[in-house]
Amino acid sequence: MAYGETQAMTKYEPVIGLEVHVELNTKSKMFCRCSADYFGKEPNTHTCPVCLGLPGALPYTNQQAIDDCIKIGLALNCKISEKSLFERKNYFYPDLPKGYQISQYRWPLTVNGWIEVEGREEIRRIRINRAHQEEDTGKLTHHGGSTLIDFNRSGVPLVEIVTEPDFESVEEIRDYSKKLQQLFRYLGVSNADMERGDMRLEANVSVKREGESELPKYRVELKNINSFRFMVAAVDYEIKRQIEALEIGERLSQETRGWDEDKKCTYLQRSKEEAHDYRYFPEPDLPPFFLDPKKIKEIKNSLPELPWNRAKRYQTKLGIKKNDAQHGRKHKIIPQEIANYLINKKSDINTLLPTQIIEEILDKRVGVIENEEELEKMAKEAMTENPTAVDDFVKGKQQAIQVLIGAVMRRTQGKADAKRAREILEKLLK
Amino acid sequence: MNDITSLTLTQTISALKDKQFSEEELNNAYLEKIDALNPKLNIFLEVKKNTRGIPAAIKDVIITKNIKTTASSKILSNFIPQYNATVIGKLLENGVSVIGKTNHDEFAMGGSGENSAFGVTKNPWDFSKVPGGSSSGSAAAVCADLCTFALGSDTGGSIRQPSSFCGIVGLKPTYGRVSRYGLIAMASSLDQIGPMTKSVEDTALVLDWISGADGYDSNVSSEKFKVQSSKLNEGIKGLKIGVPKEYFGEGLDPKVEKVIKEALKKLEELGGEVAEISLPHSQYALAAYYIIVPSEVSSNMARYDGIRYGKGRENIGAEVKRRIMLGTYSLSSGYWDDYYAKAAKVRTLVKRDFEKAFEKVDVVVGPVSPTTAWNLGEKVNDPLKMYLSDIYTISANLAGIPGLSIPCGFSEGLPVGLQILGKQWDEETILTVGYAFEQATQWHMEKPKL
Repeated sequence: MAYGETQAMTKYEPVIGLEVHVELNTKSKMFCRCSADYFGKEPNTHTCPVCLGLPGALPYTNQQAIDDCIKIGLALNCKISEKSLFERKNYFYPDLPKGYQISQYRWPLTVNGWIEVEGREEIRRIRINRAHQEEDTGKLTHHGGSTLIDFNRSGVPLVEIVTEPDFESVEEIRDYSKKLQQLFRYLGVSNADMERGDMRLEANVSVKREGESELPKYRVELKNINSFRFMVAAVDYEIKRQIEALEIGERLSQETRGWDEDKKCTYLQRSKEEAHDYRYFPEPDLPPFFLDPKKIKEIKNSLPELPWNRAKRYQTKLGIKKNDAQHGRKHKIIPQEIANYLINKKSDINTLLPTQIIEEILDKRVGVIENEEELEKMAKEAMTENPTAVDDFVKGKQQAIQVLIGAVMRRTQGKADAKRAREILEKLLK
Repeated sequence: MNDITSLTLTQTISALKDKQFSEEELNNAYLEKIDALNPKLNIFLEVKKNTRGIPAAIKDVIITKNIKTTASSKILSNFIPQYNATVIGKLLENGVSVIGKTNHDEFAMGGSGENSAFGVTKNPWDFSKVPGGSSSGSAAAVCADLCTFALGSDTGGSIRQPSSFCGIVGLKPTYGRVSRYGLIAMASSLDQIGPMTKSVEDTALVLDWISGADGYDSNVSSEKFKVQSSKLNEGIKGLKIGVPKEYFGEGLDPKVEKVIKEALKKLEELGGEVAEISLPHSQYALAAYYIIVPSEVSSNMARYDGIRYGKGRENIGAEVKRRIMLGTYSLSSGYWDDYYAKAAKVRTLVKRDFEKAFEKVDVVVGPVSPTTAWNLGEKVNDPLKMYLSDIYTISANLAGIPGLSIPCGFSEGLPVGLQILGKQWDEETILTVGYAFEQATQWHMEKPKL
């Protein structure tokens, strides 16, 4: 796909790679026993000597997180490394209590995978360089002149997925990001909620003359962008900015840029001169791990059918139209559920729209949580997490309850009866 | 009865059992002695007045809950930890109490005790001499009978060398034998906590207490160390003792060499079969060590960033700064292959030297240090000279094997230590050798006149 087609002389094509960080929903943190469920909790209550980086404390690996990372790698057709190890990424930042992040660099857990994405015209393979394991940092909040640090997030497991610079259009980026989000939810390894920061995107963007085989000598990193929409807008803007710069003979250099949603443009955050030298070296506190092929096979066999494979199967074997199939895969609906629905309702398949079927199945989902106590617990949690919605509802804004119902549905991964959830919430909110 | 404080740990335990004195009397005896001697020796940074427990002195680089832990650095001079190191928890379970936190080189970086931010500890044998380092205070405390035993930490000889200079028993266990959780890190891949005691038997007992997995240090072996006292008594008849020729070359003080040679003769008399061996990569160990250590130091020290712990970075001492700079440089982009990766290869070769040697011999024996304790101030301005005094001890850390220092005689009134190195996880054999030697010589009973 060529950009700058309006330019008479040269055509350019973008070179884009993506880095996705996803926070795992394990019970405990990556290297200590603190609860990893930090969202909306009282600051600095989920901490211990390890995740505070106190002198003398040592990391101790959470095996569940490693398994989850392997799951993600396998789903992305990655090779699982026989020998893998953690390294220290050294840099200074107030939210990083040890002065280094435990991450992976030379010996990542999984490497060399691929995924198919849909662009404007065709389906193409994007190569995955790696999916590796690391830990999250604390969180800074700026209040006027002062800054507060919350270490509840410090040490929460993160998986980083890095692609090769294979993307050619923003459409491919959009499709890739959505597919990954869906994958994380399918595998049950993360809620992958962008707004909550469960899933974060970074793009490396540069442009080259069309047909040129060599990669550009610079790249611009787009960072700290918290929605698919903004990312797409930022990449789009950046491609145009870079082409314009090259057209007037400017030399582009390595830098990090952010997205200004008000002005609808990217802006400089850090130039090449300020780039970090992370001084990676093997984390001496953690022995290297050798992955047992038998265990990997077990994990592989335990993977659910992947969303894109399911969609493909619906299309080829069941003759369901692509959009409907995608709708189905998004909600993890299996054909058996559709069959049950049709039999129970004695419906006429010719008069029903597939989307309608899916929505009704979702309402009456098999395996709904019927335990009142459990639902009530979830509802209460949803209320603590969303104090504004509670306030709004109490003040008479009826619509606000939707936020809370949504939160309950998310917590139950869609297994709550929405009607029942509403009743319970209404009771609690009285 | 003798002075309570002159008793070994094992003697103290049986005396308590026999009700020869109470725990309170025991603690008071030590506290009185500390009151009298600490002002002269500068051993303790903090003293706890307990009435219960067997009093142990703890190197101030080991985290103690609610007791100030400074790493002998001004940057942590106000740090009161909220948790206990694993070893402290294990000692408390065994009826031990912390009588005080001992002085040492700042963040355990040094070989003489002179790098402490809180003044130098004096050698109880001669106040004008260094006690050795970095576990200077712990060695001096055991030597001067200011505790029943002490804990130190050893990254390149920091338990063995001061034990040698002060004439006590000190053990660096196999890497992974004792949990490092709660040991303020210097070089994480080499650091190991170990006992510093008045006898070999005491060392075996303390190691038994503090070893074993804890679910916090991923490098610790789940197997707990347990030495049978019958095994200690077995003697060394037929035991193969290797003497590395590389440990008797240039730099070794001839007077120290003479004492070591006599000790080797004694081992032969006791039935050991002494033979010369070679550890061909010994000469590269020091260079590799001074790449690996500063590299890890530069990362471990990053948390003292001036934001936390209430003190700015101007409070960090010269030797620590030197290592931060060396390590930051050797890990910098583009230098990885030339420095860290190469040092790691040398480390593997040093390890293989020992593996090969241990195919032929049961233990490797030689000097702990090329000299006895030197004059205070003698080497402070020559870091390289200071580094060279670790030449015989650092290999054991690089190879991860255990090393014991036991008193084996004197040179011009100053103690000389004999180093006994063993196979990985085989502390038992080196303790057996040490015990046999101790029974036959009694050097460990010699005390300075204070």
